[in-house]
Amino acid sequence: MIKSATDSTRKVNLLISVDWTTIILYFLLVIIGWVNIYAAVYNNEYQSIFDISQKYGKQMLWIGAALFIILLIFITDSNFFSFFAIFVYIITIGLLIAVLLFGKEVNGARAWFEIGSFRLQPAEFAKLAACLTIAKLLSFLNPKTHIIRNWVLILGMIGIPAALIILQNDTGTALVYGAFVFVLFREGWVSTKFLFFGVLVIVLFIATLITDPLFLVISLIVLSLIIFGAMRRRLKEFSIVTGIFIVSGVLFYAINYALKKPFELHYVFAASALLASIVCVIINIQIKIANAITIIAMLIASLSFTFTVDYIFDKVLSEHQRLRISVLLGMETDLKGAGYNVHQSKIAIGSGGFLGKGFLKGTQTKYDFVPEQSTDFIFCTIGEEWGFLGSTIVIGLFVALLLRIIFLAERQRSHFSRIYGYAVASIIFFHLTINIGMTIGLAPVIGIPLPFFSYGGSSLWAFTMLLFIFIRLDASRLELLA
Amino acid sequence: MKNPYSDRKLSIAVIILIIAVIFIIRLFYLQVIDKSLKLSANNNVLRYVTIYPARAFIFDRNGEMMVENQAVYDLLVIPLQMPRGKYPGIDTLELTSMLGVSVEEFRDALGKAKKYSQYKPSVLFKQISSMRYATLQEKLFKYPGLFTQARTLRTYPRKSAAHVLGYIGEVDEAKTKKNPYYKSGDYIGISGLELSYEEVLRGKKGVQIQMVDVHNRPKGSFQDGKYDTTAVVGHNLKTSIDLDIQEYGEKLMENKVGSIVAIEPATGEILCMVTSPSYDPNLLVGSERSKNYPVLAKDISKPLLNRALQAKYPPGSIFKVIQALIGLQLGVIHENTGFPCDKGLVNCHNHPTCTSVKQSIQHSCNPYFYKVFQRIIQQGKSRSIFTDSRIGFQAWYDLVTQFGLGKSFDSDIKYMKGGRIPTINFYDKWYGKGRWAFQTIYSLSIGQGEVEIVPMQMANFAAIVANKGFYYTPHLVKEIGEEKIKDPRFYKKNIVPVNANYFDMIIEGMSNVVSAGTARLAQIKDIEVCGKTGTAQNPRGEDHSVFVAFAPKENPKIAIAVYVENAGFGGVWAAPIASLIIEKYLTRKISDPNKELRILEFNNLEKSLSFDKKRDRLNKKSQSAD
Ligand SMILES: [Zn+2]
Repeated sequence: MIKSATDSTRKVNLLISVDWTTIILYFLLVIIGWVNIYAAVYNNEYQSIFDISQKYGKQMLWIGAALFIILLIFITDSNFFSFFAIFVYIITIGLLIAVLLFGKEVNGARAWFEIGSFRLQPAEFAKLAACLTIAKLLSFLNPKTHIIRNWVLILGMIGIPAALIILQNDTGTALVYGAFVFVLFREGWVSTKFLFFGVLVIVLFIATLITDPLFLVISLIVLSLIIFGAMRRRLKEFSIVTGIFIVSGVLFYAINYALKKPFELHYVFAASALLASIVCVIINIQIKIANAITIIAMLIASLSFTFTVDYIFDKVLSEHQRLRISVLLGMETDLKGAGYNVHQSKIAIGSGGFLGKGFLKGTQTKYDFVPEQSTDFIFCTIGEEWGFLGSTIVIGLFVALLLRIIFLAERQRSHFSRIYGYAVASIIFFHLTINIGMTIGLAPVIGIPLPFFSYGGSSLWAFTMLLFIFIRLDASRLELLA
Repeated sequence: MKNPYSDRKLSIAVIILIIAVIFIIRLFYLQVIDKSLKLSANNNVLRYVTIYPARAFIFDRNGEMMVENQAVYDLLVIPLQMPRGKYPGIDTLELTSMLGVSVEEFRDALGKAKKYSQYKPSVLFKQISSMRYATLQEKLFKYPGLFTQARTLRTYPRKSAAHVLGYIGEVDEAKTKKNPYYKSGDYIGISGLELSYEEVLRGKKGVQIQMVDVHNRPKGSFQDGKYDTTAVVGHNLKTSIDLDIQEYGEKLMENKVGSIVAIEPATGEILCMVTSPSYDPNLLVGSERSKNYPVLAKDISKPLLNRALQAKYPPGSIFKVIQALIGLQLGVIHENTGFPCDKGLVNCHNHPTCTSVKQSIQHSCNPYFYKVFQRIIQQGKSRSIFTDSRIGFQAWYDLVTQFGLGKSFDSDIKYMKGGRIPTINFYDKWYGKGRWAFQTIYSLSIGQGEVEIVPMQMANFAAIVANKGFYYTPHLVKEIGEEKIKDPRFYKKNIVPVNANYFDMIIEGMSNVVSAGTARLAQIKDIEVCGKTGTAQNPRGEDHSVFVAFAPKENPKIAIAVYVENAGFGGVWAAPIASLIIEKYLTRKISDPNKELRILEFNNLEKSLSFDKKRDRLNKKSQSAD
């Protein structure tokens, strides 16, 4: 514990030692989010963005409360979080059980406490507790000894809140706990291969069922080429293979076109990828290029996997089996409309064009064609009103924030702070990927919010706490001895 | 302390970057490359509402309303905007009961609409009455995807003049292809004035581009209405018809088959155009039309036939007036030419010998006109009677066609038949060239044989006599939108090349026809009527009763033709009917109610129809014998 005599100097230090980059990124995201909530629910009757009878007015209050939370975090001793992590975890589990018993059901999920007109979602705060606890746990467990006991501890710690949240009928939020795989990877609990294959299989499986095969095939090929190019700076071979792929692709496309399109386009590009791969293998036999065979094998395996999943889903599975998987993946959020929400969301984003329609000019979101436009589908408003440019900037801000958190995490002296930083980044990354992914039809429709953007107090506060506890920890990193 | 796994930070950063790049590529595809999404967005939010201007009104010459509009509503649907799945059963029931249709009908209509397009609006049900609309409108918010569009239906407050006005109906495919103004489901004039003045009456439809939200609630105009076009209301028509006279004529012709046409001689304006039997024009309005049209079309009394324009009749004795005028003009007879009533030539009735043209008209002597026509046809200009007849016939033909006969009028009256004035070619084909002479065609002299005239031409002929040698093409419209009609066809004076003083003689004769001849029943107190009766023989049934007249003798205001099928003598039925119309038109009252009563009580319908049926049967037999 730090003595009170040093308190005054520490507070001065805090203003200097906090990472202002992260704080600025945070405020940019929160304010852009607020403005877009205003645009999403804007109507002529309530024009003031400060009107607290409207969602944007309320969001302003939540932001105000978030500032207060930030202040509280900043005046809290940095050791408090590590010290009380387990305690917070136990309280949260208690709340999750309590909400199952006394909570209010909203949209089929029993996930809310209602206090007067105010609603609180403990699952949002459970993420915070999980981040603190996993940081605490991993900081003193050793991945090399007592492996079984340690894994039981880790999976139990992650699994209990996830299971309770599944019991609330809020599977989407529970899936967020899967994001800790990145933390485990960073800390050496999970190997690179496991992470890579695990992520690849999940991504391919979902992508096969959700996106069109053409987009998938092209993405896989481009991805392989990028990895190939990045691995070894063999520019000559890289250009040869890329060239062969492009030329054969165009050639096959032309032949297919001339034959009045007997094949689907994704088969055409898969064929040209195969040809390019064979050439690459031949080059590889002559001059050894590290990882080339691996990349090719991965590409071919991925393509086969994609086509197999596609085939099984379309041809082997029965109608009701297909439906169950679809529902599980959120491809059909309600049994009434196959992908209606995603369809409308894509229309809204797509109609934005390059520069967007302009602030408050979005018709699709303003006239309610997009469901959940201020919460889960808030990204539609950005896509429609700010176009490709605005969407890219928002994604850029998030990427900057995530990379910044990783950078900060790596400079921590304490294991707890570093692991906690990675946990925060993982949670935000998972939310970002799923949320934006679903609005553009690349991820299943899992109802989880876009961090800092989506309307709602619980979500905003939970993410604020997550981030600012880390900023607080980072600010006092120098107080600890390495 | 070097963390053993710190290199893994790079892998994680790369994963983050890859996801970001995939998202950005995807966004580029959705937002910049894929144009279909922008189209879908417009389909979502933009609603092209066609604004139909109310069709313009039609008034009679005195400003009486003939055609006006009533509001009805179409129910339209955009299937994609309906909630997924079906409306809950109870709501479908509520909706169908409000519409007054069965659930099956609703499903069928919806199925068709879905087949047509998921995005585009299509009509579910047409012409919902204002009463149903009132209840529907309140509940419609509960049914996203459904909305209404107002349009107007024609309505005829006086139920009269069906054939004059014609009707409107949905435009057919051929027309929509030919004229891009019309879209499937639009209405267009199909007959009568609705057809002739389609573009005047319809105006110009406009388009309003509205923005709607997901519940189909209007959210204002698109880009402040920059792309909207305003609907332009058409111009009202003021017709030449005198609705009181039209109505009175229809009343007089009840239970008779035939026609009355009256014209204002000085202008060619048609005052009435009655055909009987007729129908209530309200029967052919909107959705009623599909129900009633087949019934009317099958009716053996042929109410859809406009006899005033389309029934080709032998003119009978009224044709003698023309023969006399031609004879005088050609110089083959003179004012005081007389012929004995030689019943050996052609049958006649008993009357004093005619010693002048005037008397020949008054007594309508058949042998007299036999002789007149003989002099016209055989003028002795060739030694061969066949060649001589050709020369004479051509001279006659050249004059007779100047009376507006043998062709339809180029006017705003549609579907008029031209009738028939036989030509030289006609007889050459019929008998062979050089194998016909006066003897072959003499029945033309008394308006029988191959000559056929429609009632409109008879009335126009009466106008020619009233005008002493000219006519304006008969037409139906006086004013378009408060302005005198500018159509040059209506202002062209058609001069008949017959000297005016010859008309004077004829008019004297026609005056005597009424005062002391065959048409004494046409006399009107204080009004001098000039007329000529006809009793047209027809091979299958009783003679037709014909009368042409004009009045007053000085400065005539009305020329009229009345044709009553199978009613016998012209003087007995057609003449009194004409006089009632003339009196009503000139004085607005009837001085002899008994005359009127007699006509109203006269029921000749059954008799006419029985002849019709016989003729139809004969036609069928002769066809099957071929
Ligand atoms: Zn005689």
